[in-house]
Order: sequence, then structure tokens, then C-alpha cells
Amino acid sequence: MHPAPSVILFTTFSGLGFGLLFWLGLGQPAPTGWVAFAFFALAYAMAVGGLLASTFHLGHPERAYLAVTQWRTSWLSREAIAAIATLLTGGVFALLRIWDISAAPLGWLVSLGCLATVFTTAMIYTQMRTVPRWRHWTTPALFLALSLAGGAILANRGSAALVLLALAAVLQLVAWITGDMRLQQSGTTLGTATGLGDIGRVRAFLPPHSGSNYLLREFVYVVGRRHALQLRAIGLILAFGVPIPLIAAGLGHITALVAVLAHIAGVLCLRWLFFAQAEHVVGLYYGKR
Amino acid sequence: MTTLPPPSAVKLGLVIDLDTCVGCHACVVACKAWNTQSDLGAPLSDQDPYGADPSGTFLNRVHSYEVTPQDRPTQQVHFPKSCLHCDDAPCVTVCPTGASYKRQADGIVLVNEDACIGCGLCAWACPYGAREMDPAAGVMKKCTLCVDRIYNEALPEVDRTPACVRTCPAGARHFGDLGDADSDVSKLVAERGGFDLMPEMGTKPVNKYLPPRPRDADQIDILAPLLAPVASDGKGLIAWLDKALSKLPGGHA
Repeated sequence: MHPAPSVILFTTFSGLGFGLLFWLGLGQPAPTGWVAFAFFALAYAMAVGGLLASTFHLGHPERAYLAVTQWRTSWLSREAIAAIATLLTGGVFALLRIWDISAAPLGWLVSLGCLATVFTTAMIYTQMRTVPRWRHWTTPALFLALSLAGGAILANRGSAALVLLALAAVLQLVAWITGDMRLQQSGTTLGTATGLGDIGRVRAFLPPHSGSNYLLREFVYVVGRRHALQLRAIGLILAFGVPIPLIAAGLGHITALVAVLAHIAGVLCLRWLFFAQAEHVVGLYYGKR
Repeated sequence: MTTLPPPSAVKLGLVIDLDTCVGCHACVVACKAWNTQSDLGAPLSDQDPYGADPSGTFLNRVHSYEVTPQDRPTQQVHFPKSCLHCDDAPCVTVCPTGASYKRQADGIVLVNEDACIGCGLCAWACPYGAREMDPAAGVMKKCTLCVDRIYNEALPEVDRTPACVRTCPAGARHFGDLGDADSDVSKLVAERGGFDLMPEMGTKPVNKYLPPRPRDADQIDILAPLLAPVASDGKGLIAWLDKALSKLPGGHA
């Protein structure tokens, strides 16, 4: 799949933003006044900024309001509703906290909304039968773990961050190890795609067009796969390897900044691989994967 | 509404005969031409059409495959591919705006371009690559089964069929109601063992493909002897001309 920068930025930063909002909703930490303002502003800047970035790849962003209408069947629609509802209730909760008015049940509702938003985002990818690598429980599990881990670092929840980072690292490894085999295990081949597999061995002989097209650009992205192993190592080191020892040693202002920046860079790298390594079955028609 | 309607009684679709298709791409061109002049939606645009890296939006494309059976010679199969108007269309249910829909009356899957935000998710959900985003219009394009031809009473009756079917010089494409077991297309599918593409995806395509007939193992080409070069050594005037011309500077012996 084509790793569109807008979608990578969207999933990474809205995940972090909603992750931070999750911890603020739980009252972990429970700041008031200007400190609360700064925390909520950071969460909203990332969550809303990410959502705005996602509209950049739309052909007609001016019609985006229609995207809340099809919640009965569409995970994208459900995500839009969950994000808007969470941000609205979170806004009320933020104002109450800034004025030091206790509103714990509303905060729990906000936290629940954050989980729902990140889960629905992940389900947009998980639902795709056409991308066997994504169609697995590790996709929502990893999206949630990364969101909550990143949020915990930003919220300075040291021990929670350590546990969640370790969990996310394990989930990432499981997703890679099982995901690398999933297209093959899905049973979809050029033989089933053309229906000619029962006759004999099928080979793509001539492509239908001499140039490129939308399908090849969007679904058959092969550039990233060459350096996948190196990028996986870099992603793991930045997202987990750098922050975990820093947090374990106790964060100061400088080390906290390093841990946050390394984690964000690492998650961006992992999210890039999430798209670049995903094989869409339409590639089979072109004799590619 | 992106909730799929209950399976329709009428299932309009195509039956494509892989035994007959000659791979001429006339259907590709006819489709592009009709759907570019049609006022049903945005035209199918081209990018850099006369430049170094041309590409464009097409609703129908013809692949060519090579199939090697265990005990027979390899055969080439031309393979036209367009929207299969699936009964369980995943492209419809993923649409967040309701722009993608399947018609209750005849099962045709369409896009309401005025409601399409161009998010591309329906193309992600389609295993067949039947949908292409038009970069100029910013909306998703797909086969309409020429819904503006098949019901169009302004056209002569012979033309009330999809442009690809109307133009196919080999008669490899058939249009009809696959929901009616007694229709010509349904009989053709039953007779020839028509099959679905990627049945494991659970999309339940309406369009069917007819398999290529097996080639004979010891195929004798009866035309080959007639194509052998004639008059390798001519007589009379031709022989003299041949000799004389060969003696000229630059001539071949």
C-alpha cells in the first residue's frame, strides 16, 4: 500500500493526542489552571492536527461532513463520529479541569471515547480482506498499545509507560512475524484471482497498460520493502529501545524530550512500514505483490 | 445508503468468455470513450497523455496471462477485468458518505459522485482493482454497466447494451440478467462452467468468466504449409532478374 504522508501523520499524531487525552480523562495526571490548559492544548493540537492531516488526501475535503452519515456499515464513518464526540466532551471536561471543577465521570467518558476512536481507526485497516497482513487482531491491539504508551510518556506516567511500551514492542514483533506469512496463508493467488489456477500454472504475461496507473501507485508499493529489515530495526530502537531505559532511569526535562521525540520518530517509522509492507491482493493481477 | 439491499431478483452483469477474447482492447477503448462523453459523471481523465509518463483512468483493463497445464502446451489467455457488481460488495459498505451504493432494482453498483469525498477506501476494499480514483475530478470512478445505455430509449435497441459488449469484435462479452436462470447468459454460464474470481473473498460477484477450452496436446497446424516461402529458386525472367540484381553493387548473392 502507498504510504501516504497524510495518513501516516494522521494515525501517528491523532493516536498520541487521543492517548494523552485518555490519561487526562482518567485524572492521571490531574492538573488544573494553566498547567491543565497546556496539557489539554497539547492533546488537542495532536489529535485535531492529525485529523486535519487526514483530510489532505481527500479528493473533496469540502464534503467531509458527509462522512458521519454511514455509521451502520462504515468504520471510517464510526471513527469520524467517535473522534468528534470525544473531542466535544473532552473540550467540556478540559474547561472544567482548567477552572478546577471536579468532573471525574465525564473524564472517564472521555477516556472511553479515546479508546473507541483509536479502535475505530485501526478497524478501518483491520476490516480489509484485500490486505491479509492487516486483517488480524494485532492491528487494533498495536494501535491501542502504541496510542496509550505514547500518551503515557506525554502524561509522564512512568511505570504505565514502561509496561505499555514493552507490550507494544511485543505486539509489534508478533504482528511482523505472523504478518509476513499472512498473504501466503490467505490462499489468494494469481490462480484464484484469474480462476485459471485449476487449469495449470498461471504467469502474468502482458500488463494491461504500458505506463503506471492508480492501482499500481496506490496498492503495489514496493520501494520500501528493500530496506524493510533495517527500517524495522530503526523503528524498534527509536520507538521502544531509546525511551524504555530513559524512563526506567527516571525522566528529567531533557531526557523526557529525548524520549518523546525518539518515540514519535520511531512510531512514524513503524507506521510507514505498516503501509509500505502491506500487500493488496490486486497486485497479484499484475504478477506482483 | 451503504447498507447493502437484500439480494435483488434481477442481477444485471457480464459474462466474459476467456476462450474467445483475442486481447484487442477494443472494449477498453469503447468504455473509455463512452464514459468520457457521458453526462452521467465526470470524464475519465488522462495525465500527461502525450508526455514521457502517460497514465489515465480506465474502468476496464485487459490483462494477458500464460497458463501451463501439466500435460498440455502453454496457452495464452486474454483477461478483461472490470467491476463484477458483487452481491456482497465490500466497496459499498466501507463508504463513509453513502456515495457508493448497490441498486435494489437490478444490482448495479454505482457511485454518486456528488457525495464522494475521494477518500479511496472503496478502492482499498475491492480485491479486483475495479475502482480507480480520477485525479482530475477527485472522485472514484467505476463501471456503471453503462446504465445510461442499457435503459436508454433514445438509442436503437441494438445499442442498449454496455459499450464494451457492443464493440467486442470477437463476441467474447455477453450482457444479461444473471439472476434469471433461464436467461441466455445464465445458460451460457451453466453450459460452459462459468466461475467467480477470488471466491474466497466472499464478494459473490455477479459477473462470471468462462474458462478457455483446453488445447490439443498434438496440435497440427494445417495452415503452416501454406505459409512456407514460395519460389525459392525461380525460373526464366525471375531467375535472370535475381541474378542480374545480385551482380549490382551492394546486391546479395
